Amino acid sequence: MQKLQRVQHHLIQCILLIIFTFGLSVYPLSAASDSEQEPAELNVGELIFEHVLDAHDWHILTWKGHHISIPLPVILYSPEKGLDVFISSKFHHGHSSYQGYKLEHGHILSEDGSKFYDFSITKTVAAIIISIILLCWIFITAAKSYTTNKGKAPKGIQSVIEPLVIFVRDDIAKPSIGDGYIKYMPFLLTVFFFIWINNTLGLVPIFPGGANVTGNIAITMVLAIFTFVITTINTNKGYWVHIVNTPGVPWWLKFPVPLMPIIEIFGVFSKPFVLMLRLFANISAGHMIILVFISMIFIFGNINIWAGYGTSVVSILFSAALSLLEILVAFLQAYVFTLLSALYFGMAKVEDHH
Amino acid sequence: MYLLSILLDAATGYLGAGVGAGLAAIGAGIGIGRIGGSALEAMARQPEISNDLRGNMIVAAALVEGAVFFAIIICALVIFTT
Repeated sequence: MQKLQRVQHHLIQCILLIIFTFGLSVYPLSAASDSEQEPAELNVGELIFEHVLDAHDWHILTWKGHHISIPLPVILYSPEKGLDVFISSKFHHGHSSYQGYKLEHGHILSEDGSKFYDFSITKTVAAIIISIILLCWIFITAAKSYTTNKGKAPKGIQSVIEPLVIFVRDDIAKPSIGDGYIKYMPFLLTVFFFIWINNTLGLVPIFPGGANVTGNIAITMVLAIFTFVITTINTNKGYWVHIVNTPGVPWWLKFPVPLMPIIEIFGVFSKPFVLMLRLFANISAGHMIILVFISMIFIFGNINIWAGYGTSVVSILFSAALSLLEILVAFLQAYVFTLLSALYFGMAKVEDHH
Repeated sequence: MYLLSILLDAATGYLGAGVGAGLAAIGAGIGIGRIGGSALEAMARQPEISNDLRGNMIVAAALVEGAVFFAIIICALVIFTT
């Protein structure tokens, strides 16, 4: 009797597996036949990239098909036509051209193909300005209260900032750099709080937040270049000796084929490069995953409205959990960038042990 | 019939990118799992240096993740640039 039950159990399992496999095979075919089957122009890839890439206006929301967005200034300089400054709403979201320039897929092109330089205040630039205002407000208030509150216990914003600054000094700067850490403290503090605040603002869905600053590879590249430049400026002779003639390594790795120097020079450039890539990828990936979870609601909703409602419960729970993780990642990536920068500053001055 | 759609995925590189991203995730899981495991073991042996261990563990995990994200970016480039 038991054996029959087991055979029935396995038979049911096989039947379910076959139905599942061939049932799922419907979806690759429909996905391959493009978006004619999806009503109301839902293009998930485009939606995600819209939220992650830069733009010339700050899109707030779409109400019944109308886009409500804040247009941002466009500043263009061309050697022939001179300086052109105008508001990006003149482009009417790419439907009209203005003064010889047109907007296509978020990029400005000149109609006659002439070369021009784009200095516009785009969404990322506006977001950086907002976060700089926030940073300056917090820190100037905290710094001023050290003069007005002299000798007394910290109160207000001071009590939040003081432990964080001491954390950067005692756990990041001093162990990595040793003596002379004070010279690097302004840069380390700036980088730490800039990255942390921009990461966190990127998680806020509505207006002053929601712009993908640190997920933009140009921003992280500039931060990494700062670290690289400061490291290289503060090197001493021992650092370069260690690159060209690494002590403790057998001579045949350095001459005639300079294998060790090549690896060391590669390391000099790869360290800031990986700094840039780590921050960019972590933050962009976090934003994209949350966007994918939200888009899944609409994908399932297009198939069947009740599937959409059901998915929205699961999706929102996942997005909430992931957002909590992203708050941790915001702090962690700031910490790691600052710590690695401090380590590179510390390694810039090498003492010759001979 | 859906063998053809799989072959189409392989030809356009989507299959490779998907598999690559999955392998990268496995690499991250193994690497960070080992780091976390050995850090916890050390903390169990000597609880008073937990704080030092935590900092070093996080640095090592971030470095491993850096390598993984490099692979993820290559896969994303394959998918999104023809």
